[in-house]
Amino acid sequence: MSEPPVWDVVVVGGGNAALCAAIEAAEAGATVLVLESAPRIYRGGNSRHTRNFRCMHHGPLSVLTGTYGEDEYYDDLMRVTKGETDPELARLTIRYSEACLPWMEAHGVRFQASLSGTLSLDRTNAFFLGGGKALVNAYYATAEDLGVSVRYEAEVGHVHLEDGAFQWLELTDGTRIAGRAVVLASGGFQADIDWLARAWGPAARNFLIRGTPYNRGVVLRDLLDQGAQSVGDPTQCHAVAIDGRAPKYDAGIVTRVDCVPFSVVVNRDGQRFHDEGEDVWPKRYAIWGRLVAAQPDQVAYAIIDDKARGLFMPTVFPPVEAETLEGLAQALGLPGPALRETVDAFNAACRPGSFHPTERDGLATEGIEPPKTNWARPIDTPPFRGYSLRPGVTFTYLGLRVCPRAQVQGADGPLRNVYAAGEIMAGSILGQGYLAGFGMTIGTVFGRIAGQEAATHAR
Amino acid sequence: MRDDQIVYPAGPVDEARRQLEICNACRYCEGYCDVFPALTRLTEIDNAAVTRLAGVCHNCRGCYYACQYTPPHEFELNLPAALAEVRQEGWERHARPQLLARAFHRSGLALAAALVVGLAAMFAALAALRPESGEGFYAYLSHAAMVAIFLPAFLLPLGVIGLGLRGYWREIGGGRLAWADVVRASRRAASMRNLDGGQGQGCNFEKGERYSNARRHAHQATMWGFLMCFAATSVATLMHYGLGMEAPYGPFSPPKLLGVPGGILLCIGTAGLMALKLRADPGLGASGVLSGEFGFTALLFTVSATGLALYAATGTAAVPALLALHLGAVLAFFLLMPYSKMVHGFYRFAALLADRR
Ligand SMILES: Cc1cc2nc3c(=O)[nH]c(=O)nc-3n(C[C@H](O)[C@H](O)[C@H](O)COP(=O)(O)OP(=O)(O)OC[C@H]3O[C@@H](n4cnc5c(N)ncnc54)[C@H](O)[C@@H]3O)c2cc1C
Ligand code: SF4
Ligand code: SF4
Repeated sequence: MSEPPVWDVVVVGGGNAALCAAIEAAEAGATVLVLESAPRIYRGGNSRHTRNFRCMHHGPLSVLTGTYGEDEYYDDLMRVTKGETDPELARLTIRYSEACLPWMEAHGVRFQASLSGTLSLDRTNAFFLGGGKALVNAYYATAEDLGVSVRYEAEVGHVHLEDGAFQWLELTDGTRIAGRAVVLASGGFQADIDWLARAWGPAARNFLIRGTPYNRGVVLRDLLDQGAQSVGDPTQCHAVAIDGRAPKYDAGIVTRVDCVPFSVVVNRDGQRFHDEGEDVWPKRYAIWGRLVAAQPDQVAYAIIDDKARGLFMPTVFPPVEAETLEGLAQALGLPGPALRETVDAFNAACRPGSFHPTERDGLATEGIEPPKTNWARPIDTPPFRGYSLRPGVTFTYLGLRVCPRAQVQGADGPLRNVYAAGEIMAGSILGQGYLAGFGMTIGTVFGRIAGQEAATHAR
Repeated sequence: MRDDQIVYPAGPVDEARRQLEICNACRYCEGYCDVFPALTRLTEIDNAAVTRLAGVCHNCRGCYYACQYTPPHEFELNLPAALAEVRQEGWERHARPQLLARAFHRSGLALAAALVVGLAAMFAALAALRPESGEGFYAYLSHAAMVAIFLPAFLLPLGVIGLGLRGYWREIGGGRLAWADVVRASRRAASMRNLDGGQGQGCNFEKGERYSNARRHAHQATMWGFLMCFAATSVATLMHYGLGMEAPYGPFSPPKLLGVPGGILLCIGTAGLMALKLRADPGLGASGVLSGEFGFTALLFTVSATGLALYAATGTAAVPALLALHLGAVLAFFLLMPYSKMVHGFYRFAALLADRR
């Protein structure tokens, strides 16, 4: 296909939100160009690491069981965000999600029953067959069939606005591309460590980035610099505790360490710092990123004994193992006497009682600070095993403010032909915390809306 | 025999285990095939388990194209290739002598040479053993001579395969079989469930990220075609000995009703498999065996094509030459069974049998 001098719709980004927008715009008859900063092999941003999508539904829908109504969904969102959400956009997203699932299937996405170990999500979250990369592949194939052009290794450096409207944009290699409308779907800024360090503090240099190294917030910064309105706390990011041996970027889901409730967690100095048994792990894993981030050197160590074997999901790297606590301390680089003292004190505080790994069992310590309020059993059966933990950043909250039509809001009102979808605007809805599967829902809903609106504007 | 008494070469099994451990922490591919559900049921990914899982993998490649960790990512996931290496290593190690397996698995040229030897042997046999009387093919080579050549040429290789399978069964911790295991494995083999992508959309063999059922269909044509040809021969043997009915058989006799469509299916299937293999990424299979695999498929194609040609040429002057070609190809095929890709069918079935719920 020969390239038009002016594209109807230019889409910045190559993840879920971008592709949903591109597909919608192309189906509406627009000429569409997708600009993805990653090379083809790494296309798809953080979306390639995802596994499910949270969906409202009345009665069983595809792989989803039961019913998940608007109010329950909204309540779940309010619980995690503690009210940090735009109710209008949130309800719009929730309502629109029900129609999205069949739309996704019609555009090549396949779903599977919830993965082993995630049965609790089989009513609320539809899992992608093969995970997010398979979803991304399906969308690229569909987009290609619809005549969408895609350029890889095309990083957008600047989006040129004039009189409240988009005219052209410039790639970092200097190429200029003109369009009648633009959809910004280039994710958050978490892969720009310098920015993260400016926002969070120098400790952020020790954070690991769970997703793509290509989401560096270049376009977000560019728009904010041009007066676009922002949403979300600019200093915050969503971080979980992951295996400290993970690569700096892009290690995705596998580096999670689920043994914390069955462990004692100590810092670099061998000291405990938080109740490891507060609640079942899926409800607590998100707070441990921050907890570890607050420790010296942003590192912690989860120590278990042989009794914990098989109680949690397998880890990507084998644990460090030793027959004695001192040996383990040495292998992990921890002060041996301090670890011994901590574990002895912990063991002495454990009380007899019955242990139930899958529910809060009330098996609590007595007389130590901080307590461990569930699953507290002495760490005394060799071999002892340990995992180092570091904060792993999932996404950042700062984003562009949009209206229900996905239009980006400039200093003096909406920018006529600039739309945003996905992580780059998710802070409007998910101002705090995280609800599993909601990132893909926001991206799908707003990607679709942005694509439709951009195509309508361009025609 | 316990697992730790089996001497595995470090290499394929260790590499596959490294990758399976990553998969076990991820599980995104759980819906594609039987490998992942079996993986999640394990308490330990020991050598027996790795070998068993490798045997169940049909190389559909779904888990490669869906994987967020394929090279250049530092986790370097390429599970289809890793499991293919384990299977390949096992077929070669369990064969006796191993030397022959290495030669014929890895070299289409060696297979072609074996074919030439088979052909020459048959031409020589036809020239030397031409009977005084006899009907149809038996006018060229007596029934007794055919049996004298082909019975051992069939049974001996089967025996070699049987010995290899015995070792393999121990290695994968096969244990005792229940009838239900046989039924389940047969179903899965018959439908090639592990090539259908988990939802019938097919595999990712020749179209990369897109799904396609072409390979499953070509493979099914090959398998069913082969089984029908085999059944045709078996029925003919029964008719010959049991009922005293000698060849040639009419077009509507059971051997012909099985053999002709079987031969056609086999031709189409093997041609299809070769065409698909040309388009597939060789990096997602075992390394160094492409030529042997092509050679084997081509040999199977030759067997079926010459068989059909022979039938079509009935009563013409081309029969003796075609007969020698066909029988020569069959001879080479039989003798190479333990040393060529043909063994995969036996090992695959064993692995499916051992993969219990
Ligand atoms: C490990 C992990 C697991 C997750 N699991 C889930 C899950 O199961 N369910 C869920 O709902 N959410 C999950 N999330 C969150 C989810 O990934 C995001 O909410 C979602 O992918 C956002 O989609 P997006 O299209 O906005 O951004 P992305 O998918 O990140 O896409 C952004 C795209 O923009 C491109 N880009 C960036 N800058 C530029 C530029 N300057 N020029 C051109 N292109 C650019 C990037 O290369 C990328 O292709 C997970 C996140 C992580 C890290
Ligand atoms: S192949 Fe990749 S995506 Fe699939 S289960 Fe394994 S690690 Fe996960
Ligand atoms: S290649 Fe296909 S059959 Fe083999 S493990 Fe991967 S998904 Fe399963």
